[in-house]
Amino acid sequence: MREIILAKYGEIALKGLNKHTFEDMLVKNVKRRLKKFGQFEYFRAQSTLYIQPEDENIDMDLVMEAMEKIFGIAKLCRAVEVEKDFGKIAEKGIEYVSEALEDADTFKVEAKRADKRFPMKSPEICSRLGEIILERFPHLTVDVKNPNVTVTVEIREKGAYIHAVKVDGAGGMPVGSSGRAMLLLSGGIDSPVAGYMMAKRGVHLCAVHFESPPYTSERARMKVEKLASIMARYCGQIKFFCVPFTEIQEKIRENCSEEYFTIIMRRLMMRVAQRLCGENDISALVTGESIAQVASQTMAAMVCTDAVCKMPVFRPVIGMDKKEIIEISRKIGTFETSIEPYEDCCTVFTPKHPKTKPILENVEAEEEKYDFSELVDKAVHETRIYNIDAC
Amino acid sequence: MHYLDNAATTKPSVACVKAVNHALCENFGNPSSLYRLGIDAEKAINEARENIAAVLGCDMGEIYFTSCATESSNTVIFGAAENFGKRKKKAVTTTVEHPSVAHCFDKLEKAGFEVVRISPDEKGEIKAEEIISAVDENTFLVSCMLVNNETGYILPVSEAFKRIKKKYPECITHCDGVQGFLKIPFKVKSLYADCISLSGHKVHASKGVGALYVKKGVRIAPYIIGGGQEKNFRSGTECVPLISGFGATVKELSLTIDERYKQALELKKYLAEKLESCKGIKLNSKENSSPYIVSVGVENIKAETLLHYLEAREIYVSSGSACSKGKRSSVLESFRIPGKYLDSTIRVSFCEFNTKEDIDALVTEIKKAQNNLAKIKK
Repeated sequence: MREIILAKYGEIALKGLNKHTFEDMLVKNVKRRLKKFGQFEYFRAQSTLYIQPEDENIDMDLVMEAMEKIFGIAKLCRAVEVEKDFGKIAEKGIEYVSEALEDADTFKVEAKRADKRFPMKSPEICSRLGEIILERFPHLTVDVKNPNVTVTVEIREKGAYIHAVKVDGAGGMPVGSSGRAMLLLSGGIDSPVAGYMMAKRGVHLCAVHFESPPYTSERARMKVEKLASIMARYCGQIKFFCVPFTEIQEKIRENCSEEYFTIIMRRLMMRVAQRLCGENDISALVTGESIAQVASQTMAAMVCTDAVCKMPVFRPVIGMDKKEIIEISRKIGTFETSIEPYEDCCTVFTPKHPKTKPILENVEAEEEKYDFSELVDKAVHETRIYNIDAC
Repeated sequence: MHYLDNAATTKPSVACVKAVNHALCENFGNPSSLYRLGIDAEKAINEARENIAAVLGCDMGEIYFTSCATESSNTVIFGAAENFGKRKKKAVTTTVEHPSVAHCFDKLEKAGFEVVRISPDEKGEIKAEEIISAVDENTFLVSCMLVNNETGYILPVSEAFKRIKKKYPECITHCDGVQGFLKIPFKVKSLYADCISLSGHKVHASKGVGALYVKKGVRIAPYIIGGGQEKNFRSGTECVPLISGFGATVKELSLTIDERYKQALELKKYLAEKLESCKGIKLNSKENSSPYIVSVGVENIKAETLLHYLEAREIYVSSGSACSKGKRSSVLESFRIPGKYLDSTIRVSFCEFNTKEDIDALVTEIKKAQNNLAKIKK
């Protein structure tokens, strides 16, 4: 029995003349993601990508799991391929969908006859197949408006495909179709979710992480790398920038007033991140900030942070409650890792009473007490860059 | 490298590695098999059993092998609760136990048992009297560790258990002996313990093997059931390689308990003297505590930061206790360590491979860290 996966496009289907660019991007992403499972044959027709394994030993459950995480796909079906012969379609097709039919009360049959050389017309296929199904599953009744199960028969160039179960794809746009952005990845719950949401809109993500040994541990960095590898299941391979940040933090602490510490630190992070973006053809920053969540995430604080940014800063979770963010982080599988207790090693540097409504001029005056430009250069220069693949 | 974290784990001894290797490569039979290969494997674990029994001064039939000391303690606590819980509903322990004991009692409490936890007094001392007076005829189990894993404090187990057993012979006495085994000389008779939990990897054997002493006649329900190994008390095919390694290392170390004790004591004294001249450093461990574990408070520096600072210089110590991976220690609080040291305490723990040079390196780097690291704000 030869199985095939049908991936129905989401928004791409609605695109105009540039549709094929998005399609190409999606196919490229799918190919890259499925490579580790084995060889596949790909073909496209009518806003659907057909993925057929060339080897019968490929574990299709794992393939489906991976496919469900690829952006740009609205629906996924697993179908059986049979010869274009009604007898075979009825026999093997019904057997393939029998499990779904046994669990249902109502059903209907849908036929798509793309290959017009097939002798039976669509309504005829539907009614004859419906009859046979009713005979074999006497507990079923036909409901054409609201069936529990829709058995679909597609007659195409290469063969006939029969399927009954559709699952939701990840939706969104193919990763890479909307440019490159740099995610500030801290190790908390919010930033992976922010990254996921941008990737969903087709943004190719890179991630920057600031580490401060010995104040933060190797385990803290390993945790962030783990988060990136979980995100990569959705976003594809992530280019990871690990910035040594200890010296900058120590200098802020030595030179600037404590209440401004967090805001100045964030401004310097933005500076370093921006420089890395410039050197790597990345056009925007992404953070996991949610307004009013903590002292450094007030509107006034963001105004001060963004004052150093020459590129857009996207904050896709800005209007979400923690509960909503956690829900997504559980769904994408980053939550369990995010709550590992390593990130707080940096508490040495958090002020007891941070400014919640900092004024830009005051922040700038405070920051001018030390010339950070050399340290920013050094941090950029010493940043380690490596790729992280999906785990 | 200066490895000063021997209370977390130790480097396996040559004798251990050799024994493990032999069991893996040659003596690979199943101890339950009836033929020769099986008998040889059985002999190997019984030899290890004998070696441990000899150190504890008990019969080898009273030693059971487990996967770790955590399993040993879980077995005793839940096994005793299963056997006696219908008639007796009370258990007594302390607030300074290792999580492998403490969390078992938390679970018993949730299941409806009364758990009394004795904490140290203002001086940080646990009085035997307190433990004894908490026990009554309704108490089925009292559990008290011998050496505290975070501070090295030695609890008055023997004094407490002796009088408890005299007054309530039915009450089971359990001791987590992990940090004392082969370090502080003791015998089962001198401790008056019915059950003792032991670990392999704290005494130069491998991780993955522990032991449990259960006095003959004491009824504890098995925790893991199955094929009936270990006289039906701990099912599962015995891990012959790790048990052999454990046995080999015990045999070797049992000959040098006093000698190593003196060596550790000397190191502890040397460290204390060197630290005396340093500002902002406090020795949390008491003079009469185990010389193998020294708890050091370094004012204003976060323990985890100091740990990583030292790590970069190849000096390995732990913050709080290694099992809790950076979580704040309620045990130190329980020992009345002042608030400013709670987040700033590292644990230095010795074995016979440590020298004064290790301590010199440690003290020098702690002093440098005091100058170089950003301080916690007050």
